[in-house]
Amino acid sequence: MKRRNFLKSMGVATGASLLPFLKYIPVEAAGRKDTLVVVAANGINSLDLHRKGTNRPSYQVTVNIYDRLVRFGVKKLEDGSLAYDSTKIEPEVAESWSISKDGKTLTFKINPKAKFWDGTPVTAQDIKWSFDRAVSLGGFPAVQMKAGSMTKPEQFIAVDDKTFRIKLPKPSKLTLPDLAVPIPFIINSTVAKSKATAKDPWATEYLHKNPAGSGAFKIVRWDPGQQFVYERNEDWVLGPKPGVKRVIVREVPSASTRRALIERGDADLYMDIPAKDSQEIVSKTGGKVKVSGAPIDNCLHVLALNLKYKPFDNIKVRQAIAYAIPYGDILKAAAYGRGKPMFGGKDMKPTSVEWPQPFPYDTNLEKAKVLLAEAGMSDGFETTLSYNLGLAAWQEPTALLIQESLKKIGIKVKLDKIPGASWRTAALVKKRLPMHLENFGGWLNYPDYYFFWAYKYGHLFNSSNYKNPEIEKLVNDTLHMEVTDKQYEENVKRMIGIAFADVPRIPIYQPYLDSAMRAPVNGYASWFHRQLDVRSITKAGV
Amino acid sequence: MSENLVTVVSFSLFLFIIFLGLFGEFLAPYDPLATAASNTLRPPSWAHPFGTDNLGRDVLSRVIVATRLDLSIALSAVALSFVIGSALGSVAGFWGGWWDRIIGRFSDTIMAFPLFVLAMGIVAALGNTVENIIYATAIINLPFYIRVSRAETSIRRQAGYVAAARLCGISEIRILATQVFPNTLPPMMVQISLNMGWAILNAAGLSFIGLGVRAPDAEWGIMVAEGATYIVSGEWWLALFPGAALMIAVFCFNLLGDGLRDLVDPQRRT
Amino acid sequence: MNSKLYKIGWRLLQAVPSILGVIIISFVLTRALPGDPAVYFAGAMADKESIEQVRQALGLDRSWIEQFFIYVGNLVQGDWGQSLKTGQPVTEELLKRLPASLELTIIGLGLAVLAAVPLGILAATNPGSWVDHICRLLVTAGVSLPTFFTGLFLIYIFYYLLGWSPSPLGRLDIFYLSPSHVTGFYIIDSVIAGDLEIFLGVLAQLVLPTITLGLFALAPIARMTRGAMLGALSSDYVRTARASGLSKSMVLLTYAFRNASLPVLTTLGMVFSFLLGANVLVEKVFSWPGIGSFAIEALIASDYAAVQGFVLSMALLFVTVNLTIDVILAITDPRVGLEE
Repeated sequence: MKRRNFLKSMGVATGASLLPFLKYIPVEAAGRKDTLVVVAANGINSLDLHRKGTNRPSYQVTVNIYDRLVRFGVKKLEDGSLAYDSTKIEPEVAESWSISKDGKTLTFKINPKAKFWDGTPVTAQDIKWSFDRAVSLGGFPAVQMKAGSMTKPEQFIAVDDKTFRIKLPKPSKLTLPDLAVPIPFIINSTVAKSKATAKDPWATEYLHKNPAGSGAFKIVRWDPGQQFVYERNEDWVLGPKPGVKRVIVREVPSASTRRALIERGDADLYMDIPAKDSQEIVSKTGGKVKVSGAPIDNCLHVLALNLKYKPFDNIKVRQAIAYAIPYGDILKAAAYGRGKPMFGGKDMKPTSVEWPQPFPYDTNLEKAKVLLAEAGMSDGFETTLSYNLGLAAWQEPTALLIQESLKKIGIKVKLDKIPGASWRTAALVKKRLPMHLENFGGWLNYPDYYFFWAYKYGHLFNSSNYKNPEIEKLVNDTLHMEVTDKQYEENVKRMIGIAFADVPRIPIYQPYLDSAMRAPVNGYASWFHRQLDVRSITKAGV
Repeated sequence: MSENLVTVVSFSLFLFIIFLGLFGEFLAPYDPLATAASNTLRPPSWAHPFGTDNLGRDVLSRVIVATRLDLSIALSAVALSFVIGSALGSVAGFWGGWWDRIIGRFSDTIMAFPLFVLAMGIVAALGNTVENIIYATAIINLPFYIRVSRAETSIRRQAGYVAAARLCGISEIRILATQVFPNTLPPMMVQISLNMGWAILNAAGLSFIGLGVRAPDAEWGIMVAEGATYIVSGEWWLALFPGAALMIAVFCFNLLGDGLRDLVDPQRRT
Repeated sequence: MNSKLYKIGWRLLQAVPSILGVIIISFVLTRALPGDPAVYFAGAMADKESIEQVRQALGLDRSWIEQFFIYVGNLVQGDWGQSLKTGQPVTEELLKRLPASLELTIIGLGLAVLAAVPLGILAATNPGSWVDHICRLLVTAGVSLPTFFTGLFLIYIFYYLLGWSPSPLGRLDIFYLSPSHVTGFYIIDSVIAGDLEIFLGVLAQLVLPTITLGLFALAPIARMTRGAMLGALSSDYVRTARASGLSKSMVLLTYAFRNASLPVLTTLGMVFSFLLGANVLVEKVFSWPGIGSFAIEALIASDYAAVQGFVLSMALLFVTVNLTIDVILAITDPRVGLEE
């Protein structure tokens, strides 16, 4: 198939103004060698992560075109694949930083070589403006900033052009990692302010379609609903130079089509390939396609029971269900083996603070029946198992297998598939689903962080309406505690022990996130944000 | 003679399908809901003539048992649509005037929607249960029956026998119900058959976008929709067998409709 | 002619209540959708307060009646709202995507006509023969399969196994930039731009999806052609023409077909409308950035403005198409009046 030389100026329909960065994409030799073609299921809906309603896939853009103060390092896993390292924080815009003795002040020295795309240097004032924006616009960004104890603009100080300071109400181990998540990205405030209006002081209208950053890539084209195109920023010096010059991300809704495309070589990278396909595709293509993936940190696929609905308020019923789940079958038929088992633990008391770790339950229908009888429910009962249509790939087989297994101990389950938009309302906001599948994973890789979101009463991902005063206290105490604190390990083990016994959430497995890519593509790393970071990708033969 | 052959064949096929719908669950070799995680995605074999699906369930059993669900969706939706639509249409055709205008506008409004999207909207709003799929399919088929019965009724309202009945003092409603209406039936019978095929395809389309029947119910459409994602990876049997069953059933209904039309009103043949 | 104009005007007026009905129904339907857009757009991790903030920002905290009047007021001014999911104004989205769907549907319909009309004529000239039966079986088969199944099957055979057709990635291969926008129909635009390569690229992408759609449209067109031709062939004027010794093809094409084409035209209008609705499934399979895929996503995301905009524009389109056909019929055939 012939490849077109890029001679025409880019233009999208109806004159919707696109990014005025380039007038044309210059004629390049051999269009494919330095271009990466990525296929994804969902498209982006904004280039501004702080904007209300920005969807998850849009986070990818922020990761690649904007810089942050710091970033996570990358490590190699046993199977050779690359993944981010949650324990290593590396400089990005900040070339060095220091933390005061009381832990409440962080001071960052800005790399003098950090420059925006228009050539102006990145200053502390830009950083302050960007951080102020992150906490002022509300919604998810503000919530995430709050996790790192950053809530008010007063906490951010531009000491001078090259020094930026954050003041915290109390020391917290979460602050520094929270600066490496996609949210606190650095905007060219001069450009943004020139486009702001009285009604729109944070320039949300402008930045929605026109990024103003300093990152390793720029967006040169965005056709909503179809594709967007990155191009390398040749002046980026805050890290190793990215290996590919151009990345085209194409939205392809049908999973079969995506698979066909990568098998035939019309796509280079297929992000988030379903487990079944990832298992088959290597042998099917004779190694022309390889798969790289890693377990998603801090993430669990669980069956959640809602304590507001009888009989799930009875601990014996919950434990009975935990013994009735067909763990092995689910891992085989729903996850195709691409999951770390979170069952079969040996001890009711945890021996480490590793998270996630296997819970001490396994498929044991006899034990389940005994427990049900002890709870006075030997005749069983009826209930509804709800799951998210958008995640049906693993949730539907899982739900079906659970339904079948629970029938054997007398629990009759009706299945209820809920479409994406309604899912969050029903499961997380109204918390009205008696039994459902859930898949929360925290961005900051600490067990106490997971417990904060999923086990504290009233918190978003605690869809079980679980309330335990001891957990409340433990989480509050531990959340900002340093990992090296001697109390930390004890608290975390106690939390996990309670979770073992109470099981409002029954973990099944820790999922992998796999991506498939053609053999010449290297450098792919798995990230906690589950999006594609193209800065590390190289293509052999370039 | 040869046309009659086609009609005879399609009619026998129709009877066979009804038979399967009634007695399918006794004929199925395996429990259509029984999973077997160690036996997933097996190609057709002697033990499983249609292979097994991604949860190890026997595809043949599921295809057989699905007949009942698909037939009931098709029959209920079309019956509902026919009863209500023809009633509305005959009222509009018989009395005309404001009745005609209101019912006509109502029918036009429904027809102004892209029908499949209307079905999608109704099911999305009300929830994807079998009942809602039936209601949605019935609603989008209404305008057709309204239009046909209206046309047929208005042609006949001034007919001789109607005038005679009026002279006898029979009430208007009784005239409509007993004299006029039965004569409007034949052309509609034909469309009933065609609509049944379309009702099944509609349910299949809804399943493809995730608004179909609930798991683990066996229904041809949802089996094809799910099986479609396995075609590229080589497990063709998941989509092919339910797809073939669906196609044969719809095909049969369509041919039956043609045959009925030939029988009922040879002049109107198309 | 005056009375004709009057009739056309009256016909247009009659369409207004239907459009109103569509607006009301689509409004109610979207509000009945189970999703809560405020939750969706407050994003991940949002708590009750941020959701309330978003709800107010979107104007969703007002009563339905208030929202309805605001909506209609905006509509009249040309503001169809903003798609919450894509962040673009609804009118922009629709204008961008409509040509994509129309291009697909028109060409699909064209293919269907090219295949179905000859089949129908063939069947009509040999009624009752095996040719007639084969034709009938063929077209019925086309309409008996779900469109998404046909589409996927075609992709599997012609792209995946044989490699003959290009990747089903939408309207144009990745490396081609779309032709400068004039009409939005890539075929026309690429011709205007004088770019042969893109023109061929566009055509190549159109092959499979239009065949998929066309298969579905074969049956009604073929049937109607056959029926109309049969009716025409047995009519008086044809008998006269034959008796006058005119050649077979002359009789067939000039007399019979001309008269049969009118009912076929009516069917075309209906089929076109029907296809635009069925587009939804084909667009999903072929990643076609058309109005159908836009509708599905909007529906699943409870994107009110987008769903309403889609439904309204489709309704307007249907009314226009049907009206055009009625007008053409009225002008060309004096027997046909513009009944209500």
